[in-house]
Amino acid sequence: MDKALQQHMLEQIADLHERPVGAFNLRADGVSVERQTTANIDIVTKKDKPGIDIIIAPGTKNEGVHIPVILAQAGLKDMVYNDFFVGEGADVTIVAGCGISCMGEEPMQHDGIHSFHIGKDAKVRYVEKHYAEGAGSGDRILNPVTIVEIDEGGYMEMETTQIRGVSSTVRDTSAKLGDGATLIIKEKIMTDGDQTAETNFQVDLDGAGSTADVVSRSVAKGTSYQVFNSHIHGNNECYGHTECDAILMEDGRVNAIPSLEANCIDASLIHEAAIGKIAGEQIIKLMTLGLTEEEAEEQIVNGFLK
Amino acid sequence: MLELKDINFQVEEDAKDKEILKHIDLTIEDGFVAITGPNGGGKSTLAKVIAGVIKPTSGRIIFDGTDITDMTITERAQAGISFAFQQPVRFKGLTVFDLIKLAHGTDLSLSEACTFLSDVGLCARDYVNREVNASLSGGELKRIEIAMIIARGTKLSIFDEPEAGIDLWSFNNLIRVFENMQEKTHGSIIIISHQERILNIADRIIVLANGEVANQGTRDEILPTLLDSEAACSVIMEKLAP
Repeated sequence: MDKALQQHMLEQIADLHERPVGAFNLRADGVSVERQTTANIDIVTKKDKPGIDIIIAPGTKNEGVHIPVILAQAGLKDMVYNDFFVGEGADVTIVAGCGISCMGEEPMQHDGIHSFHIGKDAKVRYVEKHYAEGAGSGDRILNPVTIVEIDEGGYMEMETTQIRGVSSTVRDTSAKLGDGATLIIKEKIMTDGDQTAETNFQVDLDGAGSTADVVSRSVAKGTSYQVFNSHIHGNNECYGHTECDAILMEDGRVNAIPSLEANCIDASLIHEAAIGKIAGEQIIKLMTLGLTEEEAEEQIVNGFLK
Repeated sequence: MLELKDINFQVEEDAKDKEILKHIDLTIEDGFVAITGPNGGGKSTLAKVIAGVIKPTSGRIIFDGTDITDMTITERAQAGISFAFQQPVRFKGLTVFDLIKLAHGTDLSLSEACTFLSDVGLCARDYVNREVNASLSGGELKRIEIAMIIARGTKLSIFDEPEAGIDLWSFNNLIRVFENMQEKTHGSIIIISHQERILNIADRIIVLANGEVANQGTRDEILPTLLDSEAACSVIMEKLAP
């Protein structure tokens, strides 16, 4: 892959301007091309299927793992299984992300299946960004699957963002939480043109004192269509909250289906969903500060998805 | 200086024309001008007409010699008109700092933004990075709204009932804010208010009732009439009503 293109895509999906400090694995056009491990974080190629195991030693503190994926080869359909084993008491940041540069007519696709095994009292911040660009007419398809298991007292914060260029996406995330475990998900999506985006969250609050907060903010422009499914199952004394907030612009459409299932008398679950266009008074307020209507809309959307 | 020439505003209600503003002729010089009068008298509508939020049915608006009647809200804002809403707007995602920066119009350091917040009695450190969302109280929003107007520093500032909901903060501070603004901009400050303490600092008072200018003049001329008149009584009764 062209080095300049590779660098540009890495900036887009992971804010990487140079090779990062810490563990690193770059997958380009379906193969691992660069890898770096540390004393505490090992990255091992899987033998039975495409993908890697990322093994983080117990007690690892303040370290990061970057595993970007880039596709530029026309017509490529890439599928990868990445498993993260986060040892007891570790505290790490994991940055994944996938970028597609499409210059041809054929569809390009990346399906990343990420499984997280988060040990007792471990803490993970997981940042995932999806992006596509290019002059080609081929569809750019990203179907990420995220499977999370959090042991007792473990914590995971997942920030997942898809702002631009992806034609179609189905994003499946499922999680099982043990006693006292916490899961926080912040999803940001913007679709335009005839793009489609489907998000499916399923969270099982199995442990006593487990907590989940699943929040999605999205903007649907053009004639794009989004579906937001979020199911929280409270199977123990637990707290769960899911929220979908969507802004409609032009002819964008959004279908939000939050659902809660309480299977325990001590489960406390809340869902909220709000869909609508930008409030006229918000635009007027910013116009009274000297912004044009277009600038006002841009500020509101950027702030909303920040 | 702002001139309103024969401003009329009608809306259709139950298939009938309802006159909200009737033949408003006003000249607003530099200094403090308070607009008062009973609820439903047209005060907020007049403020919106000046800011360009509402287009009058007829009449002209002249600001510093330029006819701004056909200007958009944006153009009027850029020409030097600021408008603090009676009910400030909430924004999911935008922070207090974002709004102060947008109001100021140029890049602003965090510490500069904090000065504007301190001016309205908010501990800047606690507020500057907060989202302007439902977590802020009505009183906090009102003060942030005022801070935005201070940050703009324009020739004409209109405040629609700025004192509402700021009971925890003293009136004296609010009045000091207006005085400091006046000192800096040497422009006009129009304050819509029922509060005697605000009317007390006005250079001129305009009484708007039933969409018309019922009375206008200097504070010394108007204030005594308000305090004994039936109009004042009705204002007070409305304010006291649950």
